[in-house]
Amino acid sequence: MNVEAPDQRLSEKPRAEKPAEPAEAEGTRRKRKREGAAWVFLSPWLLGAAVLTLTPMLVSLYLSFTEYDLFTAPEWVGLDNYVHMFTEDPRYWRSAVNTLVYVLVAVPLQLAAALAAALALNSIGRGKGFYRSAFYAPSLLGASMSIALVWRALFNDGGTVDDLLSSFGVNMGGWVNQPGWALLVVALLTIWQFGAPMVIFLAGLQQIPGELYEAAEVDGAGRLRRFRSVTLPMLSPVLFFNLVLQTIQAFQVFTPAFTVSGGRGGPADSTLFYTLYLYDRGFTASHMGYASAMAWVLLVVIGIVTALLFRSSRSWVFYNDKG
Amino acid sequence: MVAVRGSITGRGPDWGRIGLHVGCLAVLLVMLYPLAWLAATSFKPADEVISSLRLLPSRIELGNYATALEGVGGVSVLRLIGNSLIISVGAVLGNVLSCSLAAYAFARLRFTLRGPLFALMLATIMLPQHAVLIPQYIVFNQLGMVNTFWPLVLPKFLATDAFFVFLTVQFMRGIPKELDEAATLDGCGPFRTFFRIILPLSRPALITTAIFTFIWTWNDFFLQLIYLFEPEKFTITLALRSFVDTSSQSAYGPMFAMSVIALLPIVLFFMAFQRFLVQGMASSGVKG
Repeated sequence: MNVEAPDQRLSEKPRAEKPAEPAEAEGTRRKRKREGAAWVFLSPWLLGAAVLTLTPMLVSLYLSFTEYDLFTAPEWVGLDNYVHMFTEDPRYWRSAVNTLVYVLVAVPLQLAAALAAALALNSIGRGKGFYRSAFYAPSLLGASMSIALVWRALFNDGGTVDDLLSSFGVNMGGWVNQPGWALLVVALLTIWQFGAPMVIFLAGLQQIPGELYEAAEVDGAGRLRRFRSVTLPMLSPVLFFNLVLQTIQAFQVFTPAFTVSGGRGGPADSTLFYTLYLYDRGFTASHMGYASAMAWVLLVVIGIVTALLFRSSRSWVFYNDKG
Repeated sequence: MVAVRGSITGRGPDWGRIGLHVGCLAVLLVMLYPLAWLAATSFKPADEVISSLRLLPSRIELGNYATALEGVGGVSVLRLIGNSLIISVGAVLGNVLSCSLAAYAFARLRFTLRGPLFALMLATIMLPQHAVLIPQYIVFNQLGMVNTFWPLVLPKFLATDAFFVFLTVQFMRGIPKELDEAATLDGCGPFRTFFRIILPLSRPALITTAIFTFIWTWNDFFLQLIYLFEPEKFTITLALRSFVDTSSQSAYGPMFAMSVIALLPIVLFFMAFQRFLVQGMASSGVKG
C-alpha cells in the first residue's frame, strides 16, 4: 500500500525523538498501518456499494425520466412516467393500495403473534428449545415457491380450508379465487412465518434483568402491570427493530403474491402487489423507464415510512443501554 | 442466558405452565399442518388428491416422484437441483468471503470515514432491491451475462448483502480485543490477525451467514425469474413456477412431489444447523 510509506515515516520520527515513550509511538504506527489495511479489507464491499448499489440507484433515477425498452436508447420524457403513474394508471393505484393493505394487515398480526409466542415460550420452562425451533422453521420454508403452491392449494375452491369450513356449514368456496379474500391468503402466509421476529423477541426478553420484575412485584405490581411497565418498555427497542425490518420486507413481497395470484395478480387484480406490477411493467411489457419510476416511488415511500417509524420511536422506544 | 424468574407463574401444580404447553402444541399442530399436507399429498394417487379431508393417502403412490424426477420441459430434476446448487454454493462462498472481510474492517480497524461508511452499509440493508434492479439488469445484459448464473452469484462476492456484514460485525465486536492486541504485540499485522485470530473465532457468524445465504438463495425466485429463461438454466424454483398458472388439481401429485424435493435441502439444513440459525437471527436484533 502506498499509503503506508509516509505513515511509517511519520511514526518513526517521534520514536527517535522521544525514546522514553516507545509504546505510544508503536501504537501510532500500528494505527496508521491499519488504516491502509482497512481499505484492502473494505475493497470488495466498497466496489459493490459503488458499482452495484449507488450507481444503479442514480441510473434508475435517470431512467425513471425516460422511456426505455432495453433495445433502443432511452428517450427523455420528463415527468411523463410519474404523471401517468399517479393520474392515468388505475392498475398502479390498485397495486399500491393492495400492498399497503397487506402491510397494514400482515405486519401487525405477525408481530403480535411473534410477541405472544415469545412471551409464552419465555415462561414455559422445559420444551422451550423445541418450541422455538418448531415455530421458527416456517420462517425458513415460507419464502419457498413450494409453500406458496401449498398455500394456493389449501385455500383453493375445494381445498382443505374450503372443505373444513363446509363441514361446519360455512360455504364460502375457495379464498384464492375471490377478490375479497385472496389478499388475506398471502397475509396468512406471512403471519405463518412469525418465528423469525419471535426469536428476536425471545432474545430481547432474556436480556431483561430479573431484578426489575422483583422490584415491580415488591412494589405491588400485578402481572399485567409488570408486563406494561417492565416488559413492554424494556422490549421496545426489539419491537422497533422487528417493526422496521418486517415493514420494509412486507413492502417487497413477491413470491407468494406471484404464486397465489397465478402469476398475474388475479382474481380481478386483487393480489396485484406493487412488486408484481413492477415486474409486469418492466420485464413483461418492457417499460424499463416506467418500472424504474415505480421502483423510485417504492424507495421513497419505504424511506418515508422508515423515517416516520424512527421519529415515532422517540416517544415509545426506551433505550436503557446508554453508556 | 436464561432469566431465572420462578415467581412469575406461581406455586403448586403449575396450571399456567400446563396451559402454555397445551396452547403451544395446538398452535404448532395448526402451523405444521400445511407441511404434513404437502408431504402426504406428494404420495397421494391422483383420484384422492381432490377429494376428502383425509390427510393420509390410502396407498402410497410413488409414481408422483417418478414423474417429478423427469423434471420440466425435458430438463431432469437432477439438472434443476444442480443448477440451484451451483448458484447457492457460489452465493455462499461469495458472502462468507466478502462479508467477513468488510466486517473485520468495520469491527476492528480504524479508518477515516468509518462512521459514514458504516452508516451507508446499514442504510443499504433497508434498500429495496428494486431500486437497483433495472440498471443492474441492463449492465448484466450488456455484459452478455443474462441467462447465465453470474448475475446471481457475482454480486455476493462484492458484499451486496449488507445484512450479513452487519451480522458479522456484531459478532466480531464480541470477540475480546485482548486477543488481537496480543497478536499485534507478537508481530502480527492486520492480515495475519484476521486470518489467524478473528476468522477462526468468528466461525459461528460465518456458519450463520453461510446457512442463511444458502437458504435464501435456494428459495429465491424473483432474481432467477428475471435472469434465467432457458430451461437448461432453470433452477428447481423456476421449474415449480411452471405449475403456477395450472390450477388443474390432476397435476397436484407430481407438482407437490417436486415441491418436496425443492424443500428437502432446506429442511435438512434446518435440522442440522438450527442452533446457528436461531442464534444468528436472535443476534441480529439484540446487542450481544
